[in-house]
Amino acid sequence: MARVVVDVMLKPEILDPQGQAVHRALPRLGFEGISDVRQGKRFELEVDGPVDEAALARIHDLAESFLANTVIEDFTVKVEEVAEAAK
Amino acid sequence: MTARIGVVTFPGSLDDRDTQRAIRLAGAEPVALWHKDKDLKQVDAVVLPGGFSYGDYLRAGAISRFSPVMGTVIEQAKSGLPVLGICNGFQVLTEAHLLPGAMLGNDHLHFICRDQKLRVENAETSWTGDYTAGQEIHIPLKNMDGRYVADEYTLDKLEAEGRVAFRYVDFNPNGSLRDIAGITNEAGNVVGLMPHPEHAVEPLIGSGRTDGLPFFTSILKKLVGA
Repeated sequence: MARVVVDVMLKPEILDPQGQAVHRALPRLGFEGISDVRQGKRFELEVDGPVDEAALARIHDLAESFLANTVIEDFTVKVEEVAEAAK
Repeated sequence: MTARIGVVTFPGSLDDRDTQRAIRLAGAEPVALWHKDKDLKQVDAVVLPGGFSYGDYLRAGAISRFSPVMGTVIEQAKSGLPVLGICNGFQVLTEAHLLPGAMLGNDHLHFICRDQKLRVENAETSWTGDYTAGQEIHIPLKNMDGRYVADEYTLDKLEAEGRVAFRYVDFNPNGSLRDIAGITNEAGNVVGLMPHPEHAVEPLIGSGRTDGLPFFTSILKKLVGA
């Protein structure tokens, strides 16, 4: 079994007020030296069966049509190895 | 003869009943449509009402856009069926790519509810014929995700083609680019806006104005040729 991670981020030119609010809170918490914060979404898809090219292509389509709105968001798809459960 | 205007109820729709009432007050016949039905019951036009369909999960309108009823609405809108999206309905229309651009959270991160002044920029759509271009109206606005965004090319194209149908006046309540409150598709049959005309159709209610009623009389005239 494998996990496929889809990360979705607002495009750089789109204003992200949530990220800005997080950024503004940092000095209050004593965090210095962070020049910007942008907030995104992470989807973890647990895939039954092999993650071959066909499966990745389907997930790419899913991300493009549903998980992300490509008018305002960019996305990346990557395969993450899941550690075998203790045997 | 009157027109039959469908109002879709999604799980989480809030303003479907108010919309039906506005349609009745305008003199047309409201027809309840259900998100799980592909059948549009042979209506002459469809309104997608306000609310928080599917809890706004993922993105406002993102899940509703794939509901069975929307499959038929999208198909028929492309061949001319008049469709009006109000608030959440506008979000559904952008997610369905029947209208360009996208809706995001208000720039101030708060829910907002107020009487909003708008200018009707395009009085030639299927839903705005009873206004005059440049007319200023007051109707309620209430939303969380009301910030209209699109790339510069799309915004310029919308402006050049007269497809910015409504603009916020005096105060931009959510950070929408170029003060855009509502837009139309190229053919003028699909219109979406954030403020709520269905809440301004009776003098006894709300601000005491009936500035929203012409949306519903406009489509009636368009359909029956009165």
